[in-house]
Amino acid sequence: MAATEQAPPGYEKYHVPDSSSLAVRATAGLLLTVFGGGLVLNNMTFGETHEAGNAKWVLLIGLGFFIATLASWFRTTIRENMQGMNSAQLNHSYVLGMFWFIFSEVMFFAAFFGTLFYVRQLAGPWLAGEGEGGRMNDLLWPGFEFSWPPMITPQEAVGGTDIQPIANNGAFVTQERSMSFADAHHWYQWLPMWNTIILLSSSFTVHVAHTALLNDERAKFNRWLGITVALGIIFVFLQAAEYYEAYAHFGLTLNSGIYGSTFFMLTGFHGFHVAMGMTMLLIQLIRSVKGHHFTASDHFGFEASSWYWHFVDVVWVFLFLFVYIL
Amino acid sequence: MGAHHHGPARGITRWLFTTNHKDIGTMYLWFSFAMFILGGAFAMIIRAELFQPGMQLVEPGFFNQMTTLHGLVMVFGAIMPSFVGLANWLIPMMIGAPDMALPRMNNWSFWILPPGFLMLASTLFMEGGAPAFGWTFYAPLSTTYAAPSVTFFIFAIHVLGMSSIMGSINIIATVMNMRAPGMSYMKLPLFVWTWLITAFLLVAVMPVLAGAVTMMLMDIHFGTSFFSAAGGGDPVLFQHIFWFFGHPEVYIIILPAFGVVSQIIPAFSRKPLFGYASMVYATASIAFLSFIVWAHHMYTVGMPVAGELYFMYATMLIAVPTGVKVFNWISTMWRGALSFETPMLFSIGFLVLFTIGGFTGLMLSIAPADFQYHDTYFVVAHFHYVMVAGAVFSMTAAVYFWLPKWTGRMYNETMGKVHFWISFVGFNITFFPQHFVGLAGMPRRVPDYALQFADFNMMSSIGAFVYGASQILFLYNVIATIVAGEKVSDEKVWDGAEGLEWTVPTPAPYHTFEVPPKVGAAPAHG
Repeated sequence: MAATEQAPPGYEKYHVPDSSSLAVRATAGLLLTVFGGGLVLNNMTFGETHEAGNAKWVLLIGLGFFIATLASWFRTTIRENMQGMNSAQLNHSYVLGMFWFIFSEVMFFAAFFGTLFYVRQLAGPWLAGEGEGGRMNDLLWPGFEFSWPPMITPQEAVGGTDIQPIANNGAFVTQERSMSFADAHHWYQWLPMWNTIILLSSSFTVHVAHTALLNDERAKFNRWLGITVALGIIFVFLQAAEYYEAYAHFGLTLNSGIYGSTFFMLTGFHGFHVAMGMTMLLIQLIRSVKGHHFTASDHFGFEASSWYWHFVDVVWVFLFLFVYIL
Repeated sequence: MGAHHHGPARGITRWLFTTNHKDIGTMYLWFSFAMFILGGAFAMIIRAELFQPGMQLVEPGFFNQMTTLHGLVMVFGAIMPSFVGLANWLIPMMIGAPDMALPRMNNWSFWILPPGFLMLASTLFMEGGAPAFGWTFYAPLSTTYAAPSVTFFIFAIHVLGMSSIMGSINIIATVMNMRAPGMSYMKLPLFVWTWLITAFLLVAVMPVLAGAVTMMLMDIHFGTSFFSAAGGGDPVLFQHIFWFFGHPEVYIIILPAFGVVSQIIPAFSRKPLFGYASMVYATASIAFLSFIVWAHHMYTVGMPVAGELYFMYATMLIAVPTGVKVFNWISTMWRGALSFETPMLFSIGFLVLFTIGGFTGLMLSIAPADFQYHDTYFVVAHFHYVMVAGAVFSMTAAVYFWLPKWTGRMYNETMGKVHFWISFVGFNITFFPQHFVGLAGMPRRVPDYALQFADFNMMSSIGAFVYGASQILFLYNVIATIVAGEKVSDEKVWDGAEGLEWTVPTPAPYHTFEVPPKVGAAPAHG
């Protein structure tokens, strides 16, 4: 029998939390959210709601309850740490948890980037008759020529947009009005360039904030973290402006073929992640300003949020390259 | 905070609010068994319909719902959660940890499963019926032509995926961070190794599946054209994304089974596992290869020849590390002091039948030959040899092997052996003839078939009823053990078993290794 009674020298007990209702509450919130979400979606076609029902209230109540539960969950973990219950080993578990969570997010984006590459390199040329797909072009989509961004969808090429409204609103037609980089002389008018500058700077500012925290300079930390959050807000705002322009002036929508599909899903999920990361950093800022949380050696809440922020920044670099530039 | 060294709480809140890895493991195991019975009931409906040619019992549409739900429930509800339950029970005890690394998240990973499956099962009662597009839910069957319930199916997949990702992150954090001092990586029991690699696969591919169903959701409700050629997308793209998830998924199912067998065979051979290091490397190689072979599920979809050739050769490579494993298990038994208790019987059954499933897999990997086998019953026979005789047999072996440690009571050995032989015979009567009807051209997922397949199908159905009924014997044996089994108090229930979980008292106390044990120089694994 192994010696289970004697702790090895220097062993700090690993805190296993007591029973907790958090998980069950979060489950209830999540279930209401997805069930309400399903009802809402089944009530609409292409974003247009047919009949007003109670479904959206199920969704909203579920979502509210879910977010409130997560907030109370994080509050609990923060309190445990403040009470000194976390050993170095436990803190390392949180580090590993955050790292592998970010890895799972990377794989989520990989699915959408993989889709973009597949469409641009394989599916598009095949639809236009390249390689062994030549017959398909003759029989199904005569006259369809592929370019990126696509000037036209296969359905538009055969002129059937009335009978087949899916994937075509017919409004998005010219390459000049895509989101791609078109004119080197007017780069300063090109919004994605500014978004890139903003997001890259925010990765720098959050690093400055981190350095300040490591040097115990609270005021400097707060200031630079505040700047980072502000840059995040500006980014989201500009992204919203870009979407408005796409929908209102370019005719580029979710419903305008594969270019709109990949563009909005990639930038949309990225924008959502920026909003999440910005919220996380904002909460760290409030914790620091109001609660005087964090010390030079103990600030994992901030550190994890900053990792997340660097992650959305790196995703943007790939987006900028593959969605906007190339 | 409450006093430490406490036992379980009383009443229902013990289970609802628990943070204890043993409680959570128990819930996972019971839940997965319930899903096994549910998925099994769907299979019985399928086999009853196929008992004779012609339409017997159900409508074709309902038949399709049954094949779809059978696959989904068995993969996501029965097999995967059962191994997560095993991981919860065993990993902390095997590595000398007080619990899983993140106990509250552990509880959450479990508790979102039952509502997720409730939502999936509720689609049976919705307008248009449950999903009927097969467990692989290929677009456009699952998008343009799907019943409205597909929205709830998509969200159910999201929820199950969240559960898997959180469970896997927990397992990775536990293995990397909670090992007792001295428990180096190359001393880990092989079950822990296989789960570490499985968890990595899960974190890598479940988000890809989430991406796939999200694209489906957008195509259905917001008019995107990911899987619609009319808008410049491609339905084949769905298959690529799905199988980028789906192929690692089959190793997610089988790797923990490898781990279980690698614990049990040494115990009943009374010898250490042959080739421990090569087992670890073989597992890692299989995991790596699983990412680069996905399109062998799609040979007939119209890929360029270069693609067919690449995926064919890459797939064949998997036979090498898998062969290493089979060789090692046999070598472990070579000149061992063998005894054939129920867990060992199921492990040997696994070894023989999984190898058959591996060989038919090798046949299927040959692209030109697969043009003949694709979507026939040969494929059905192949993957049931690895899913049922592979994963389910090893899971059954694991329950018999560790049940005395968990409960402090011994199961009825005679009944266990009877269970094994009925399962073994019933399984083979069910699935062996399916090789023949498949090679003769019977397509899968059909409620009716040509007359020449009648005899073999009747055999299959009888075998399926026998195999299904034998699970009731299993359930009875487990419950009888828990309620009134003969008590055992030896720490080492099996004289040949090695590892830290056999050093704690029997039954395993509610909390184990609150202080880490000392792990000596000798390997902790068998």
